[in-house]
Amino acid sequence: MERKKKYVPVIVRFEAEGKLRPLMIEFDESHRYPVDRVLDIRRAACESVGGVGDRYTCRIQGQERYLWFEKGRWFVEEKACHAYSV
Amino acid sequence: MARSILHVDQNCPDLVVLPPDMAEYIRFSKMAREIYANYTDQIEPFGLDEAWLDVTGSAAIAGDAMHIAQEISNRIKFELGITASIGVADNKITAKLGSDYKKPDAITRIEKDNYKEIVYPLPVEDLLYVGPATKEKLRRGGITTIGALAEAPVEFLLHRLGKMGVVLHTFANGQDISPVQNTEHIPTIKSVGNSATTPRDLISNDDVRLMLLLLSESVCARMRELASRCTVVELYVRDTELQSFIRQRKLASPSCSSTELADMAFALFLANYHWEKPVRSIGVRGSGLVEAFECVQMSLYQDDQRRQKWERIDATVDEVRNRYGYMSLQRALIYTDPLLGRINPKDDHTVHPVGFFAG
Repeated sequence: MERKKKYVPVIVRFEAEGKLRPLMIEFDESHRYPVDRVLDIRRAACESVGGVGDRYTCRIQGQERYLWFEKGRWFVEEKACHAYSV
Repeated sequence: MARSILHVDQNCPDLVVLPPDMAEYIRFSKMAREIYANYTDQIEPFGLDEAWLDVTGSAAIAGDAMHIAQEISNRIKFELGITASIGVADNKITAKLGSDYKKPDAITRIEKDNYKEIVYPLPVEDLLYVGPATKEKLRRGGITTIGALAEAPVEFLLHRLGKMGVVLHTFANGQDISPVQNTEHIPTIKSVGNSATTPRDLISNDDVRLMLLLLSESVCARMRELASRCTVVELYVRDTELQSFIRQRKLASPSCSSTELADMAFALFLANYHWEKPVRSIGVRGSGLVEAFECVQMSLYQDDQRRQKWERIDATVDEVRNRYGYMSLQRALIYTDPLLGRINPKDDHTVHPVGFFAG
């Protein structure tokens, strides 16, 4: 499936030791997704839409989704011509 | 055959040309180095995209060299999304041959058991430090492969190439003993400068102003290639009696604007030179370099927007010149003196790469 890089606003908690904990992804005005759990954080290249950064594996509404933090911005892989369904 | 972009454009109207992004190269280079640092602290970069790693001390923890090479290869692919070519050997010269042996995604082990089989048939110019001139000298002596170089009598090489002949003989035999130097990520460049002994002596402030602009343009273009800005401007002046002096002044904020550097250098000149004699050579240097993509400390009083505007204009000039040649875009001032203005201080200046023997 074709995907494209979509930069998204994310509500993030800064922990005292400097860790970032994404709390909510604001996909668009009518779709805000709470991040229930962060399962894994590692540096990774995003093969589908390009980009290299810290990859957060998030559990959102029971499904695993990647959220990337690259050069100070957050992005997700958006399914082209589809809503970001989770 | 290499063709200029201008010619290619005419033949390939759909060609898309992207400018290099130095800051991005540096970012990837740093990320690769972070991976290497998981396996050893003995890391010696060779340019931005190559490095030697001495993993002798890591074998007990991380596995043997081939195992480490495989892990690094996998991680670079996963974490950076690019491929790496790796050479595994017991010395730097042979490791470099190994990394060049098979590309783009390969690991080549060259050790005593397969050294002759792999290395001997390679053309002699594959060896580090055999450039076009040395290659030609060796060819005239009947040596075209690394194997032939390895088996040539040392006296013959000493006679042909001097001391370097002896060094190359040991390289060809896989006997390089230089240690992996634990050095900085990029040999940190502290300053960029350019000076010229002009085609005629400079006799007026106008002459000096023109030369300072030309030199500042080349210095600033090089700083932009390095994704850096300078914090200090240095002026060098030598008169016709070969008396010289250097003066420097700190900028209010880091800059790679040629106008700003030239203005500062010209102010230094006016304050320090009294025209007792004509000027024979003149130079500009930007020092105290900082990385341009790091946050620049904004000055409360300076007109930063104006500086950014000039830097954008300079970057556009770089682009036009890369595409259509250095002479395609010039300051009108340059044409007030065709003799001085004809100098191309950037491309006529040989920039030497970081040497293997340095440090």
